[in-house]
Amino acid sequence: MKHVETYGQIPNQSPGRLFIVEGIDGSGKSTQLTLLAQWLRSQGHRVVFSEWNSSPIVRATTARGKKRRLLTPLTFSLIHATDFSDRVERDIVPALKAGAIVLADRYVYTAFARDVARGVDPAWVRALYRFATVPTLAVYFRVPLDVALYRILSGRPKLKWYEAGMDLNLHPDTTESYKLFQARIQAEYERIVPEFGLEVMDATRPVEIQQRLLRQLVTPHLNPAASREQSRRAVVAETGG
Amino acid sequence: MKRFESYGGGLPGVSLDDLSGWLIVVEGTDGVGRTTHVNRLRAHLERLGYAVAETGLSRSDLASRGIHRAKQGNTLGSNAFNLFYATDFADRLQQQIVPALRSGFVMITDRYIYSLIARAIVRGADPDWIKKVYSVALRPDAVYYLRIDVENLVPRVLADGPFDYWESGMDLPMGEDLYESFIQYQSRVIAELDGLAREYGFQTLDATRDVDAISEDLCARVSRLLQDRRPALATPLS
Repeated sequence: MKHVETYGQIPNQSPGRLFIVEGIDGSGKSTQLTLLAQWLRSQGHRVVFSEWNSSPIVRATTARGKKRRLLTPLTFSLIHATDFSDRVERDIVPALKAGAIVLADRYVYTAFARDVARGVDPAWVRALYRFATVPTLAVYFRVPLDVALYRILSGRPKLKWYEAGMDLNLHPDTTESYKLFQARIQAEYERIVPEFGLEVMDATRPVEIQQRLLRQLVTPHLNPAASREQSRRAVVAETGG
Repeated sequence: MKRFESYGGGLPGVSLDDLSGWLIVVEGTDGVGRTTHVNRLRAHLERLGYAVAETGLSRSDLASRGIHRAKQGNTLGSNAFNLFYATDFADRLQQQIVPALRSGFVMITDRYIYSLIARAIVRGADPDWIKKVYSVALRPDAVYYLRIDVENLVPRVLADGPFDYWESGMDLPMGEDLYESFIQYQSRVIAELDGLAREYGFQTLDATRDVDAISEDLCARVSRLLQDRRPALATPLS
């Protein structure tokens, strides 16, 4: 077989920026990304949020597969890749071309971790996502498993079938299965971090410290023109009013 | 020895050790008459006493509805469409094809990964990429390729009604003219199938012939295959 191109070969050549966060459930990445979005907007940047599993057409099929438990590791992987591909084509790439800052809560690395934890071939799933643009910055929120599990399990009443990895027959009890599944996903993330050069955030530190560090990571990649534009507008507003 | 294996790394969580039966693929472009020939082949094999099962594109329990909805509005990106079809295929592979083979059926599939690969390539997918995506597929016992050229295809398609939007590649930038687009699109699909025929070793049948001549040819070839390649599990007496 000829050399099959794999993920990691399509850099972002648009004027926009793509910042993504990754980590297991309960790592606090979503909180940090929301805070980052508010800060970037206050600095005058155009920000677009992109969430995992958000394409309307594909979502109905994913929901059907989950509800009826039709999904196998392979179809779970493919339906999420379908959804992600639609998101890339419709949301992410056009926004990057328009010069926006795109923030993604989870990206291809979620699929690499979760699908391989389900037994999918690592090389196959990396090739599957070949079409995806490499982010400007990817931050992995590292947290001890028991901390993340405590955050999730103390707050949420009911875990869903696939979320708990019940399709893998790891344990008959949903909570126990969830713990084992999260441990597997975390082990995969630890392989992915050096493989793709993800930045690591110590997610046990206080929220405001993490946010300061996240802003520091993002700052070198920001387009100074955006904040200049903001100050110019501020001047115009002052003289005009 | 294993009766079946996948082209690539295998199917996650699925054992291929206990498969018997046969996996027969009928390939060919839109309107070539595949459905007619699959029906006749099925009847022929059932007369001989074989248990026959059948599948075809976008017939999965999981994704068929979603694909039909997406086609109505042309609302899905083209790469996403390729992956939606791959999802449909993977579901049928695991829920229909593998169980049928496990039970010793002759599984006839009206198109397989090859049409899906050809269509994706015509829609701009990287050939190596889409082949890698479909490398989970089982290697079939035989692929019978009903080959026709565009000139001979046009009158057949028109006999069945007007040109179809998707079969004419109207989602592609090939112009507003349905007929011109059909010719261009189908020529490209057929060219890709011809390439895949060499790469994957199809048996090519001349589909410009009379319908009865084609189906006799196809039935004879499949009967021969089934006699030559009896699965071990199917011969308990001797």
